[in-house]
Amino acid sequence: MKEEFKKEELLKLEHLNIQYKVKGGYLSAVNDVNLSISRGEVFAVVGESGCGKSTVAHSIMHLIPGGNAKVTGKIFFKGEDINACSDKTMEGIRGKHIGMIFQNPLDSLNPVYTTGSQVEEAILLDGLNHAQAWEKVLKLYQDVKMPDAAERAKSYPHEMSGGMRQRVMIAMMLSRNPELLIADEPTTALDVTIEAQILEIIKELKNTYNTAIMLITHNFGLVAEVADKIAVMYAGEVIESGDVFEIFEHPTHPYTTLLMQALPRKTKKEGRLQTIDGSVPRILEKKPECRFANRCPYAKEQCFRENPPVASLSATHTCRCFRAVKKEA
Amino acid sequence: MDSGENWYLHCRKKGAVTIFNYIAKQILQGIVLVFCVSVLVFSLLYLMPGNPVDMVVDRKVSEEKKEQIAHEMGYDRPLVEQYVDWMKNILIDHNFGKSTRYKTPVWDLMKNRIPLSLTLCGLSLLLEMIVALPIGLLCAIKKDTFFDRFTVNFSLLLTAVPTFWLSVLFIIIFSVKLKWLPISGYEKPENFILPVVSLTLGSVAGTIRLIKAEVLEVLNEKFVTTALAKGVPRKTVMVKHVLRNALIMVTVLVFMSIPWLISGAVVTENIFGIPGMGNLLLNSIIVQDFPVVQACVLLIAILTVICNIISDLVVGMLDPRIRVSLNGGDR
Repeated sequence: MKEEFKKEELLKLEHLNIQYKVKGGYLSAVNDVNLSISRGEVFAVVGESGCGKSTVAHSIMHLIPGGNAKVTGKIFFKGEDINACSDKTMEGIRGKHIGMIFQNPLDSLNPVYTTGSQVEEAILLDGLNHAQAWEKVLKLYQDVKMPDAAERAKSYPHEMSGGMRQRVMIAMMLSRNPELLIADEPTTALDVTIEAQILEIIKELKNTYNTAIMLITHNFGLVAEVADKIAVMYAGEVIESGDVFEIFEHPTHPYTTLLMQALPRKTKKEGRLQTIDGSVPRILEKKPECRFANRCPYAKEQCFRENPPVASLSATHTCRCFRAVKKEA
Repeated sequence: MDSGENWYLHCRKKGAVTIFNYIAKQILQGIVLVFCVSVLVFSLLYLMPGNPVDMVVDRKVSEEKKEQIAHEMGYDRPLVEQYVDWMKNILIDHNFGKSTRYKTPVWDLMKNRIPLSLTLCGLSLLLEMIVALPIGLLCAIKKDTFFDRFTVNFSLLLTAVPTFWLSVLFIIIFSVKLKWLPISGYEKPENFILPVVSLTLGSVAGTIRLIKAEVLEVLNEKFVTTALAKGVPRKTVMVKHVLRNALIMVTVLVFMSIPWLISGAVVTENIFGIPGMGNLLLNSIIVQDFPVVQACVLLIAILTVICNIISDLVVGMLDPRIRVSLNGGDR
């Protein structure tokens, strides 16, 4: 256990804020997010739809769509703040040092080029010649367990199933051996059997290439299976983060607790699945209140007055809740 | 999985055969279409008020004489017979009949005019694409910046200005005042500069907007983000991924406008004194020179069919998804 903490820090987000300019002001999509990912570990970011987890992932790559987003704070990658760096520098980092897999493999490949040539396009950026690059493509296709690799490399995206396309994406993003792979809900659009296969591939490749993985998901089952660390996000804030055992054994934030209860379990006797009432609020300006207060069963008057500070429960376990602050003290 | 694999290989092998089937089918359909158009054109002109003989002779000519002329020209025979005759002449002798106005074979009238019209409109289309493609792309990439707003509004302004006014303005500036370019004529290459430019300016705005809209749509596609995420420089992504996909739609547009190139630009032809097809067609309609009108419309119909087929094939080459449906494997 001790050894893991000493691992080199790869990515560190400090006070990351992301605001979208919308009619009538700024929409706070991400508020004061701090997290750090070490080499070779799987870091899961969990939260419901619209909680800002994808936005965080895209902001690391400078790829937030729309162009009306304002990213403030620091994104340290190998000790360098890449939030401040230029487009040119970023082009050198993307793919080479940080790769990214997207949610829907069905439309994340260009329909007019063969999948192999799209993977090759990435490899060619490293200065290999065509023959070497193609050889590498075929090797990668075998790595991601593509059936009939040589033939498939010449297929167009529309000739492939969703699972195959996600394999292509993984091959493409790992082709330049990045230190960090951001997987933005990599299995959401796939069915369960394919999901298991893709997970298996990601785990294997992680071991082979020692790539750190930032896994973005809303699926706690997935997290339990592969993650080393977890950050739970709610309405743009990380409300609880820590070691995977800590979170699963001692969920502290009311939201995390409720999420755990909402998981479908084989052993559960009750007929109905637990749900959390209400929905994620749309936060137009920074309000001095706990963002979960309106849905929280333990909400007190204080929760509506001020946003709780982040409490450290152990070296790794943090929680943004007044109840946790009490425990800390 | 297994059957999918086989199906896929099967499509690959059959591809070459089915594409020929497809072309054959298209050509057959085209022939039927051209036939229908020719029947319509032929009969429509006879349903129109007025009599072709009246156009040839003076009003004072007696009815008997008129009937005799009609007989000589073959206008008194049944319509079906006339049509079959007309078609036979075209198919066998490549003879489109005689112009009632000029008394010369229609083909002789057209064969000198078609190259002129094609040069004028073809160059204009070419120039339009050369100008509109980069500007449309830039407008989409720099959406809502000063460059985008200025370009779109300025090109709209150009569209709002009538072509004839612009042409006359150009003549005054470049031919009369500066004496750089000839006022009219069609013999030398420099004769075409002013007409081509003024023709292009009139239609370029629409094309820029179309390309911009198309590029914007592609820009929102996920695969653009993928390409950026794997580290491809933004400029390369714009050309290789965005423009490449936007071109599919633009190609269709270009091919669909080719048939109209031939009859294209009546106003411009008139102002710059270029004896093109637009001129001929318009005048022939006015004086009811039926053989000429029929030949022109038939030519446009045939061109449309041919361009349709070529456009389908080219788009199939550009877009592999369409290739699949051409091969009959649309899943």
